[in-house]
Parts: sequence; C-alpha cells; structure tokens
Amino acid sequence: MLKFPIYLDYSATTPVDPRVAEKMIPYLCEHFGNPASRSHAYGWEAEKAVEEARAEVAALVNADPKEIIWTSGATESNNLAIKGAAHFYKGKGKHVITLKTEHKAVLDTVRELERQGFDATYLDVKEDGLVDLDALKAAIRPDTVVVSIMFVNNEIGVIQPISEIGEICRERGVVFHVDAAQATGKVEIDLQKLKVDLMSFSAHKTYGPKGIGALYVRRKPRVRLEAQMHGGGHERGLRSGTLATHQIVGMGEAFRLAREEMAAENERVRQLRDRLADGFKDMEAVYVNGDVERRVPHNLNISFAYVEGESLIMAIKDVAVSSGSACTSASLEPSYVLRALGRNDELAHSSIRFSIGRFTTEEEIDYTIDLLRRKIDKLRELSPLWEMVQEGVDLNTVQWAAH
Amino acid sequence: MAYSEKVLDHYENPRNVGGFGKEEEGVGTGMVGAPACGDVMKLQIKVGKDGVIEDAKFKTYGCGSAIASSSLVTEWVKGKTVDQALDIKNTQIAEELALPPVKIHCSILAEDAIKAAVADYKKKHTD
Repeated sequence: MLKFPIYLDYSATTPVDPRVAEKMIPYLCEHFGNPASRSHAYGWEAEKAVEEARAEVAALVNADPKEIIWTSGATESNNLAIKGAAHFYKGKGKHVITLKTEHKAVLDTVRELERQGFDATYLDVKEDGLVDLDALKAAIRPDTVVVSIMFVNNEIGVIQPISEIGEICRERGVVFHVDAAQATGKVEIDLQKLKVDLMSFSAHKTYGPKGIGALYVRRKPRVRLEAQMHGGGHERGLRSGTLATHQIVGMGEAFRLAREEMAAENERVRQLRDRLADGFKDMEAVYVNGDVERRVPHNLNISFAYVEGESLIMAIKDVAVSSGSACTSASLEPSYVLRALGRNDELAHSSIRFSIGRFTTEEEIDYTIDLLRRKIDKLRELSPLWEMVQEGVDLNTVQWAAH
Repeated sequence: MAYSEKVLDHYENPRNVGGFGKEEEGVGTGMVGAPACGDVMKLQIKVGKDGVIEDAKFKTYGCGSAIASSSLVTEWVKGKTVDQALDIKNTQIAEELALPPVKIHCSILAEDAIKAAVADYKKKHTD
C-alpha cells in the first residue's frame, strides 16, 4: 500500500528512525537529569548517556570524542566554526574563502563576517558542481584565515574533493571547515585521514531528531575558536547552554545506525536512484544537474526542459520533492546553485530534486516515474517553449520581453 | 503554498489550450514573458468580421497561477470586441483567481498577453 504523498525529500529532512525515537523517550520523563549536575545520580546518568552519544558521533567520522561539541544543528555549527575561527585568528588576517554553491548557513555567515570588516571570496564551481582546485589555490592569500567548503551539496548531491582541499589548506596554514550535514551516513568520513579542522553535523538529515547537531574541532593540530554563545561554560566553554540529553541520545543512536548500516543502505538507495533515473532516460530534453559519478547515491537533481518547476511540483503533488526554482519563496529566483553550474535560467527553473532514503520502496519509485512522465507530457502540451522547439526554433535566438 | 480553488480548477482543467495558424484570417498572436523569469505566455485570438473575438487559445510555460491566469483570459475575451478585451485589467484577474501578492505578476502578464495579441491583430488588419 502506497502512502501519499510519497516522500522523496530526504535531503530536506528525514523521519526519525523508530529505533532512535525509542532510545530517546526514557530521557524525557525518567532519566531527565541535567548532565551538568555533578552532585547526584540523575546528573551522572544523563552525563553518561551524553558521553556515550558523543562517542558514537565521533566513531562515525573516526574522531576522538573530545573533539565533538554539541550544538543545536548544522546551522549553529557552521556559525560557530566560521565566525569562531575567523574571530580567533583575525590577528593573522581577515580573508575567508567559500563556494558560491554553499548552503545559506555558510554563505550568510560569511556575509556577516564581511559586514564585520572581513574580506570574502566566493569561488565559482565547475560545470559539474565541483570546486576548481587551481582556483582555490590561487584564491588563498597570506591573510586567508578560513576556507569553508561543504562535503556534499544539498541540492545536487555532488561530493567535493575534501581530501585534496585539506592538503592545500594545511600546506598553506589555513583553517579548513567542512559542512558535512548532507554527508553523514552517505559517504565515508575518516577524520584521521582528512586534513579537516572543523566539521559540522546535523542529526535530522541522518534519521535523528531536529534541533541537535555537533561540531568537530580538531585537537591535533589544535584549532582554536572564539565562542559565540556564552553562559555556563558547557562544552569546554565553546558552546554554553544546558545539554539536550534526549536529543543528544537520539543523535548518537542515529549516527550509530548510520555507521553500522551505511554500506548496505547506500547500495539499496543507489539501486532505487538508478531505477528512478532510468525511468526518465528515454525522454527528450531531460538533464541531470551535477556530476553523475561524484555524487551521493541518494540524490537525483534533474531538469525537465520547457516545463516550469513550480507547476511541475503542483502537478505531482502526490510526491513530496523540492524544486530547484525558489518560486515557492517570494524571491522568484531560480536556484543559485544551478545558476552557479552555468545552467541557463530556463533549465534552472525546471529542476526537481529527488532525494531517496531509508524508507523509500521500489513501488514508490515506479509510481513516481509513471506520474512524472504523464505530467511532463501534459505540461509540455501546455508549453509554448516546447511548441517552439518542436517547430525548430532556437530559444536562444528569441528576443524575450523580460518582465 | 496554498492555491485558491479557482487556480486549481484552471490548472487541472485548462480551458482553450492550443493555437491557431499565425497567418490564419483574423488571428492575433501575443507572446509575452521570458524563460529567464519563469513565465512565457502565448495567447491567440480569432476575430470575426464584426470585430468580435470568436475564439481564443493559449499555451503557457509558468507556475500554476500563470497557467490559470492565461486560461481564464481565454474565457473572458471570447464574445468581446478587441477594444472591450483591452479593458480587462490584471486586478480583475487577480481578484477572480484570488492570487496572493507574490503571484500578481502572473495576472499582469496575462493582461500584457491580451494587449500583445490585440496589437498583433490590429497591425495585420489596419490595411
């Protein structure tokens, strides 16, 4: 039995795995203690649970538990990492480098640093969505203090060459921050090998609860941060605030499951994604956005040319997906990520992000393929652009009356 | 985003989809918008010898509100003279479809499409 709408938006958020929820519940009513209470058993058992979860998060990325700081999510982790490092090292320089295709939580944080008097470089990506390593090398200046580049892009799912970037940054003595919100449980992360100084994590992209995340802060060689949240000195002064024990327990369990099940799950998800992609293969004017090989198995970002994204999403309301077109917000701008790939506006407006996950079934994929094909046909019948292309008109030669 | 029932109705059952031959007698064609903006509307009117619009057809690339706006105006222009058709205002379209502020541009585009189609008709039929 299919349940509607079919959820294919796992990159937006994932459901909490029932095994995770079950583990969290006792920490609400029963083991409710404050992990910072050192004087009684309530506090001790909460602290134990927090430290076990910390060890699980660390284990997924092969780090030391002492290098993991709890936050409220990847947005806070990105803020703490980028602003924290930039502020601490500002004596050395005031230049920051990031990518144009980063998440807003990074881009807006860098913008804020600019407002505070820092200088920022927003690097272009190549047509496949990947960073140009030579451009990065050329952009690093003597006063560059932080480079922030995401592990996996949230819209197109491409995997950046984190290992190579780490080598470049370490050699030049620049702090390297990685937003790994979309990477955990999808790609192998080994922080003993990667020369990454700071890495942001989120629980809710990996079948954990919303409202909890973590920041990895390297100890050897040690990276220093200026705290952004002040108070009781929790998390060794880097992030004050009473720890959310139940959320933390949930994140720990979610990351433990990710570590144990990742290999098998990725294989299953990859098969479903390929099945979905194959379903559109013989259609005309369909383009995959972003590199096809260097991409997580969960993501298929695809443009159906001559069909507008928002009307397509409306047509396929039985399937919960995201449109690359931000028409749904008030901005009416096509996706800045797809534009950064050099996609023309028309294709950027026509993109759909399918993201597949733990609970997706073959039946759901088959239903989606059938629905999409029917609706694309219908909308193309409605599309004057499709008509012109069928008549042999090159749309680039048309003088449009922009409005 | 919440669409009004009328938008949904026009979107699911668009009226008068299609086109006439551009060189057909009495046909005026208007094409407005740009792919870069996410909306392109093609509206065609077929005008009888008495100056009354007998039929209208559209094709639209755009969001649900854009499709609904153009579908609606094909119904509204029928039976009107070309000059009466020019009196249709975007505010009437927006009101009829209960468009939210962020979608007002769709109704403006539909009004522009009428103007463009009428202008094309007049250009062809002044001599």
